[in-house]
Amino acid sequence: MRLDLLAGLEEARAALRPVVLATRLPSGEQFLLPYTDAPDGLAAAAGSVLQADRSQTVEIDGAQWFLQAYNPPLRLVVVGAVHIAQALVPMAAGLGYGVTVADPRRAFASDERFPGVTVSTEWPDEAMDALRPDSRTAVVTLTHDPKLDDPALDRALRSQAFYIGALGSRKTHAARLGRLRELGHDDDSMARIRGPVGLDIGAVTAPEIALSILAQIVAVRRKAALVG
Amino acid sequence: MSETEDVLGTAAAWSKAGEQVAIATVTETWGSSPRPAGSQMAVTASGRMAGSVSGGCIEGAVADAAKRTMETGTPQLLEFGVTNERAWEVGLACGGKLKVFVERLG
Repeated sequence: MRLDLLAGLEEARAALRPVVLATRLPSGEQFLLPYTDAPDGLAAAAGSVLQADRSQTVEIDGAQWFLQAYNPPLRLVVVGAVHIAQALVPMAAGLGYGVTVADPRRAFASDERFPGVTVSTEWPDEAMDALRPDSRTAVVTLTHDPKLDDPALDRALRSQAFYIGALGSRKTHAARLGRLRELGHDDDSMARIRGPVGLDIGAVTAPEIALSILAQIVAVRRKAALVG
Repeated sequence: MSETEDVLGTAAAWSKAGEQVAIATVTETWGSSPRPAGSQMAVTASGRMAGSVSGGCIEGAVADAAKRTMETGTPQLLEFGVTNERAWEVGLACGGKLKVFVERLG
């Protein structure tokens, strides 16, 4: 790999720009996409691997190309600096997610409870507006408090977030959907919210609930059959 | 944690520090290969290694190939798997098959 290509790649990653490194096999000829004049067909194929987030070898006009997808890191926005969040944050970091915890209650959102974690103490809707969830972002609300959860869910539903989960029982969730309906969200839209949150693995403790949430996030992202 | 390991970043840092570096990338897999396409390993002429391209089954053989690529500058496309004779030397216990592209950095 040429050093200038590596530098370009590092620069794109630092700027959170999705790029694809295309390598012709076995000669090793390389292009960084979409920022160079690449052979026809390569750009479209590169778009597909970024979309699927799956690096692969493809054949274009009889030539073999390995397309390596470099997407920006996945993100997780956790609304509610609660006990479950304390278990969820380090586990999500281990899975490669860039995590932000949002909670305006400073007693909860303290450095002592979340050492080294990006914490926003703005009101959740303002925090969400600043974070701008995209198609590589998961949003989980954990506060149980409609004043905090609802504005975050409202913003999440208006975003491209690939996963939206809300902690709370079926009864709580039904009431929540009623309130979100009043904010203008229809049933199709609200079906994006996973509530009660997490896969049903019989989770009891905070780390177990965190595991069930992360398992569901992975399952949704990987389009596992169990989540439909 | 290997999915989040920044192998290219490490390779770049080694290169800046004056090391000769080769990068190995899984380009294709069949069957139950342990790591997906795109998994990477960086190797230096001095013997440092970062990342992985399998569950540890073929890293040694890839590192040997990387030394040749660092010497000659010629990239290599290696194939490992049960149908390959090399499998007897550096077997994939899982029975999978994969291709690894090895290139010199710089």
